Amino acid sequence: MRIELEKRPDVSKLFAFVSPLLALVLTLVFGAIMFAMLGKDPVEALDAFFIEPLLEVWSLHELAIKAAPLILIAVGLAVCYRSNNWNIGAEGQFTIGAITGSYLPIIFYDWHSPLVLPLMLILGALGGALFAAIPALLKAHFNTNEILTSLMLVYIAQLFLDWLIRGAWRDPQGFNFPVSRDFAPEAVLPAIWEESGRAHWAFIFAIIAAVGAWFMLRYTLKGFEIVVLGQSERAGRFAGFSSKKMIWFSFLFSGALAGLAGISEVSGSIGHLQPAISPGYGFTAIIVAFLGRLNPLGIIASGLVLALTYLGGEAAQLSLGVSDKVTRVFQGLLLFFVLSCDTLIYYKIRLVWSRVRGGAA
Amino acid sequence: MSIFEAILLTVITASTPLVIAALGELVTERSGVLNLGVEGMMIMGAVGAFATAQLTGSAYIGIVGGVVSGALFSLLFAFLTLTLVANQVATGLALTILGLGASGMLGEAFVGAPGVRLLPIEIPVLSAIPYVGTVLFKQDLIFYLSILLVIAVNWFLFKSRTGLKIRAIGDNHASAHALGIDVIRMRYLAVMFGGACAGLAGAQLSLIYTPQWTENMSGGRGWIALALVVFSSWRPWRLLAGGYLFGAVTILQLHAQAFGIGVPSQFLSMLPYAATVVVLIIISHNRRTTLINTPASLGKAFVPDR
Repeated sequence: MRIELEKRPDVSKLFAFVSPLLALVLTLVFGAIMFAMLGKDPVEALDAFFIEPLLEVWSLHELAIKAAPLILIAVGLAVCYRSNNWNIGAEGQFTIGAITGSYLPIIFYDWHSPLVLPLMLILGALGGALFAAIPALLKAHFNTNEILTSLMLVYIAQLFLDWLIRGAWRDPQGFNFPVSRDFAPEAVLPAIWEESGRAHWAFIFAIIAAVGAWFMLRYTLKGFEIVVLGQSERAGRFAGFSSKKMIWFSFLFSGALAGLAGISEVSGSIGHLQPAISPGYGFTAIIVAFLGRLNPLGIIASGLVLALTYLGGEAAQLSLGVSDKVTRVFQGLLLFFVLSCDTLIYYKIRLVWSRVRGGAA
Repeated sequence: MSIFEAILLTVITASTPLVIAALGELVTERSGVLNLGVEGMMIMGAVGAFATAQLTGSAYIGIVGGVVSGALFSLLFAFLTLTLVANQVATGLALTILGLGASGMLGEAFVGAPGVRLLPIEIPVLSAIPYVGTVLFKQDLIFYLSILLVIAVNWFLFKSRTGLKIRAIGDNHASAHALGIDVIRMRYLAVMFGGACAGLAGAQLSLIYTPQWTENMSGGRGWIALALVVFSSWRPWRLLAGGYLFGAVTILQLHAQAFGIGVPSQFLSMLPYAATVVVLIIISHNRRTTLINTPASLGKAFVPDR
């Protein structure tokens, strides 16, 4: 049996909508098989993983908390990927954003002012953008592969954070634990609806960023430039667009959003700096971006789905006793199925049973 | 054994997995396929090798386990990118994410297990040579394999007929297809060779480098291997040299930490990654030579017209 592809005359509108859903269903089916092989009741397991976290209000707040950084980062990445710039280092930009944003509440902890929080957020976004500027500079001026450089910088950022927390920024009253001083109340991102749960303003930032980016891509010249340069650099050049400027724009934009996500996470959810501040948000956001079809509004939905895999992973660990690595497996599977189902949008798939090829080959 | 010999031995141990994984990727990329999933295939090889060695008690069967795990895992990538023409960059990333998760899950039972170490083989006569003998001829099987592989791949790519076909596919898949070469099939084999090599590199990590299983033990080596391919401008001998350069950087930073020089350990640990960035800049800043060396079809999807 062979699989043959036949190019569709037009992009299939139906499958553009159906393929992410199909990918979700396939992931669930494979997830059920996986749970069965682990000796768990698949129905019960999937229920604990994907349904129960949605049934309680506090849990929905946790979902928003986890979705916020994913959506923020993925919106930036979508702009990058659409313009054919492969920023894989969002995890590093997230980390550096968390560090630069934490400068105020850790070093000037005696400064109490309503200005602290906005300044922190700006510093965080700036830090992320500056860190993303490194691969942008290297790509634009030295022709260096941005995938590899942005990724190497992730390791460097994490080691830098580790050094800060174990050294200069360690809390003197922290019993020698590698954590920074706790942020003062005015440096903490406020909750959206305090009476019912912990979800904080990062989720609102995420929605604003997604809608803003959607508007930019759809209605502005910049958005047109991104799409044209991404589809064909040559065509873009004829239209008078500069691919060099696009490298800078897309990296600074995505770096700033990742940095904002970093400082929001530290300020809103954790409350201090510590060596581990992200369960791989920067990498999971890549999946979010693709599952959302690189469309900012789609990314809101896919960010919530991937946030659910984190919550479900934690829940399944407690109630079923399966490893928390299940989360990563689900995320990887989901990305695989998203990518394979996307084939349906551009091609018709035919199964050929004969061993002989039709036509001359 | 002198300190000098001891350092050289550790440099070799650190370089071997880089050389092997990068060599596999070199063949894959020469066929025009960009597989960014090296890190994922490597960690699957590491856990596969460790588990097989643990269950059978033999490190040699462990090697086979690693190679098979890497090759089978790469099939996923091949199916998506070659049969379903999915985006190669994104699929490679998916392979890494899934590999890190799946290996963590599969390996959980083996955390803290004592591990089966692959023992060195002394080559008679040659190992008696002072200095050189201890360093080069009292090594483990995987080291010897790595050198043989470099020689074999170099011969295969530039002297054999199939190697010529692979290079042709990598440079222009449409013409190669018109000449009657089965592009998809050759690329499947090239991807699987890359996966097998990454798996062997992973086996080296869990059977020799640190003969035990820890989560994420590949520690970014797969990505450094990818950078090495660019560094080598897709040539096996340069790749060998580059692999040893990176191995040396990794080991020297460890020794510098042990000697307690004034730089914080975190900054020393950054060195291999920083070195990768610097080397990439030096290699790629000349746009014209990069263009000549890079396989022209690299990363582009191929759909045969029927």
